[in-house]
Amino acid sequence: MIKAVMMMNTQGKPRLAKFYDYTPVEKQQELIRGVFSVLCSRPENVSNFLEIDSLFGPDSRLVYKHYATLYFVLVFDGSENELAMLDLIQVLVETLDKCFSNVCELDIVFNYSKMHAVLDEIVFGGQVLETSSAEVMKAVEEISKLEAASNSISLVPKSVSGWRGR
Amino acid sequence: MEQLKTIGRELAMGSQGGFGQSKEFLDLVKSIGEARSKAEEDRIVLSEIDILKRKLLEPDVPKRKMKEYIIRLVYIEMLGHDASFGYIHAVKMTHDDNLLLKRTGYLAVTLFLNEDHDLIILIVNTIQKDLRSDNYLVVCAALNAICRLINEETIPAVLPQVVELLNHQKEAVRKKAIMALHRFHRKSPSSVSHLISNFRKRLCDNDPGVMGATLCPLFDLISEDVTSYKDLVSSFVSILKQVTERRLPKSYDYHQMPAPFIQIKLLKIMALLGSGDKNASEIMSMVLGDLFRKCDSSTNIGNAILYECIRCISCILPNPKLLEAAADAISKFLKSDSHNLKYMGIDGLGRLIKISPDIAEQHQLAVIDCLEDPDDTLKRKTFELLYKMTKSSNVEVIVDRMIDYMISINDNHYKTEIASRCVELAEQFAPSNQWFIQTMNKVFEHAGDLVNIKVAHNLMRLIAEGFGEDDDDADSKLRLSAVESYLQLISEPKLPSLFLQVISWVLGEYGTADGKYSASYISGKLCDVADAYSSDETVKGYAVSALMKIYAFEIASGRKVDVLPECQSLIEELLASHSTDLQQRAYELQALLALDARAVETIIPLDASCEDIEVDKELSFLNGYIQQAIESGAQPYISERERLGMFETTDYHPQDHHEVPSHTLRFEAYELPKPSVPPQASTELVPVPEPYYSESHQPISTSLVSERESSEIKLRLDGVKQKWGRPSYQSTTAASSTTQQAANGTTSHSDGGVGSSSSKPRSSYEPKKPEIDPEKQRLAASLFGGSSSSRTDKKSSGGHKPTKGTVNKPATVPKENPTPVQPPPDLLDLGEPTATTVSAMDPFKELEGLMDSSSQDGGSNDVMGLYSDAAPVTTTTSVDSLLSELSDSSKGNSRTYQSQTSKGPNTKEALEKDALVRQMGVNPTSQNPTLFKDLLG
Repeated sequence: MIKAVMMMNTQGKPRLAKFYDYTPVEKQQELIRGVFSVLCSRPENVSNFLEIDSLFGPDSRLVYKHYATLYFVLVFDGSENELAMLDLIQVLVETLDKCFSNVCELDIVFNYSKMHAVLDEIVFGGQVLETSSAEVMKAVEEISKLEAASNSISLVPKSVSGWRGR
Repeated sequence: MEQLKTIGRELAMGSQGGFGQSKEFLDLVKSIGEARSKAEEDRIVLSEIDILKRKLLEPDVPKRKMKEYIIRLVYIEMLGHDASFGYIHAVKMTHDDNLLLKRTGYLAVTLFLNEDHDLIILIVNTIQKDLRSDNYLVVCAALNAICRLINEETIPAVLPQVVELLNHQKEAVRKKAIMALHRFHRKSPSSVSHLISNFRKRLCDNDPGVMGATLCPLFDLISEDVTSYKDLVSSFVSILKQVTERRLPKSYDYHQMPAPFIQIKLLKIMALLGSGDKNASEIMSMVLGDLFRKCDSSTNIGNAILYECIRCISCILPNPKLLEAAADAISKFLKSDSHNLKYMGIDGLGRLIKISPDIAEQHQLAVIDCLEDPDDTLKRKTFELLYKMTKSSNVEVIVDRMIDYMISINDNHYKTEIASRCVELAEQFAPSNQWFIQTMNKVFEHAGDLVNIKVAHNLMRLIAEGFGEDDDDADSKLRLSAVESYLQLISEPKLPSLFLQVISWVLGEYGTADGKYSASYISGKLCDVADAYSSDETVKGYAVSALMKIYAFEIASGRKVDVLPECQSLIEELLASHSTDLQQRAYELQALLALDARAVETIIPLDASCEDIEVDKELSFLNGYIQQAIESGAQPYISERERLGMFETTDYHPQDHHEVPSHTLRFEAYELPKPSVPPQASTELVPVPEPYYSESHQPISTSLVSERESSEIKLRLDGVKQKWGRPSYQSTTAASSTTQQAANGTTSHSDGGVGSSSSKPRSSYEPKKPEIDPEKQRLAASLFGGSSSSRTDKKSSGGHKPTKGTVNKPATVPKENPTPVQPPPDLLDLGEPTATTVSAMDPFKELEGLMDSSSQDGGSNDVMGLYSDAAPVTTTTSVDSLLSELSDSSKGNSRTYQSQTSKGPNTKEALEKDALVRQMGVNPTSQNPTLFKDLLG
């Protein structure tokens, strides 16, 4: 099971944090800081894996990927495959990239809810839900279309928006 | 012109909210980005909180505005500040009919609240309604919220609807419903136990995505209870077969692999089901063999599947062919340049080594490369592997390496782990006691108080007992070497407390034993310890007791005792100590100094820590006194047992009352005022569980001095199985006396291999492969070389180990495997790519795949744009797209280059974006380069 998805920049500022088991805010901050301090001390050209029992309890692993100014981090337990998780980050980044055409850190900061929409399509309740970025895109676009529709004509009766959803 | 443009943009952003947000939010993000210190950031956030508090209280906040406030709340909470004042508004927002608002509400609520929060009750109703909605997106949003917000008590409220959704026409909904049920199962297995058949049913769903989702709960269910799912083995195998044969729609492909995540889940499930099951393993072997053949090891995901196959094979009962295929895959991983793959290779090796121990030898040099790699993760994984393959022949090399590494790291968590592993290995395989003591010293010195206290007691016991045989000479040598090493170490600053306890005890017991060191020298050192660590009462207690022993031995041997002035002042200081324990010790010491030699010898006999203490159970020496008392009219004593009519407790172990607190018999009256509770109970008050105290508090002599008991009387080693030193303790009874010899024999061999660089084994293949570092070879020989020989003498070896090896064989090992050994260093050393290619290797390989897939889609050019835009941008500013690094390093890639030249519009778009970003004050080349440094790196 995936325990957490985090994005943080190279300065350690969290850009997105989602914990799949409830974690109090202070604990979240502590974990984010802990993860960052490990990540920033890693040299380049080393593996993308970390065993991180000290922060997340026994049998937790962490996979990260460093893109430009951002770290993408997945924390998960022994029931997932490290290499596959690395690809999941890839899926996420690919999708974001399609979503925002040339995604950069600013996109992530300013499109908080969309980021979560994308993430929710990929990881659901700590399990991998979808790994095709095209499928995720489709779902997310459908959501935004509907959201836009319900936004512009907010008087549209529910049945109509329901009809559009089909 | 440029400026005009930016102004225009700014205006547009102000009104439209830029990236979909309002100006205020942008300002907030911007100012936080500009904050130069955490304090400044906090100040900004706090004022933002004030603003939000005020605004949220305003009447009639427009919904759009409210949505933005909520997003801002989420943002400040992500930064670590409390946003609970706004939770209720987020909850309210979930009730909205507008999809956008509802989703925002759900998002905020799932991030804010935990499942036991009071506000949840306000949401359950909405969730129920939304689950019935005919807009599937609303249903999805509700399902998403369920995963986080529903606890055991609220599950029944939504369960029927979720079950209904399992048959929803939209596969996305079915998928999420399955996942939600899975979540319920995790939270409270009993609540969904009657629904488990649904998971089986959904395995046959028409939609492969739903089927894939079902594998997640099934994996959990099967790992809890394997037997009831054995019937599904053939179904899983046939699904996997169909997947690998590309029977799934093309849309499930990922980087040209058919549904890799489903394959991985299936392999994990098969590993569970096939473990120890011959039939199941046979059914699986076919498809596993296919997978090895079909898997594309050039992509990351292909390797993920390969690794999963290896893992599966290491769990089931594989046939030799599969093992071979797995070994091949592992060697491919290990030879790869990618650290990730090496990591997986080492991991796989560690799994497979249990089944076929020979496999490690083929990869010895690759393993050593990993051990010396700068990558910490890889190093740790390799240590884990070494730990698994330690035997008496290579224990010295491995433990030395581990200790070196332990010294070099700061991470306490891992330090503890590796220290305990060192201790475990040393206890299990130590070739000599001397080495054991040296190793323990190092562990104590560097890992200090992270070590379990039992380890210290074990060490003291070892020094006291020696070999446990009748070799007094060796024992005293051992003690002398321990004393010498401690005298050397004792003046080092800041030794860990636990180590000082051991040192004090050993110095007290054996410091003056063979006359090499004078009593005043040792006692001076002990006083120094007590002085230097004056805040540590435990250490002080040990030191005082040690002093007492030193002086007692001196008095007993008839020499005149000169108490050092510093010792005298220490005693005086402790006489007034706040700690009653220290006070007691000081008084005892003072009293002892005044006694004559005969009395002292009885109190503290020389080197008697291991002696069994004869206790007069009947207290016969008091008989005369009792007789006298009874004659003068006293009542005879009736024991408590007799008084209560209880006779069941017949055999009472003096030490047991620590372990059986419920026992009613108390012996405190007979004890010295000092408690003799084992130190783990309370280290502060009761520091010294020294054996000689047991003398004074064992009023009842136990006639049955069982072996267990006799070991208990000495040092307490609860739970620590003695693994060496007394081989008879072990299961190997026949070989008990020869094991020690065998171990020593092999040590000397491996010593030869390590010590002399021109030993035979290496010269046999050195000329052929001159590029191999002799250092490494030596290490390899000492790590792996003895393995074939040692397998016979590994004391705890299971029956599965082949026993072909003979003891005198280190020289044969290199002969055995020159051919399999060499390839890895060949690849690594000769074909070593330049630094840039290495760096490019990992991320870009994958992005190649990304490009491939997107160009096949024929649809979007965005991905290409990714590469193209960055080239012009990066040179001027550091504002770049996330993947901009690519442009620099993907030059070798002709495909990328083409795309760079051909995609014009995207460059333009990127430039626009760049401009937009700049005018927000983000341009690091402008006057204020630190502006937004945070945002843009």
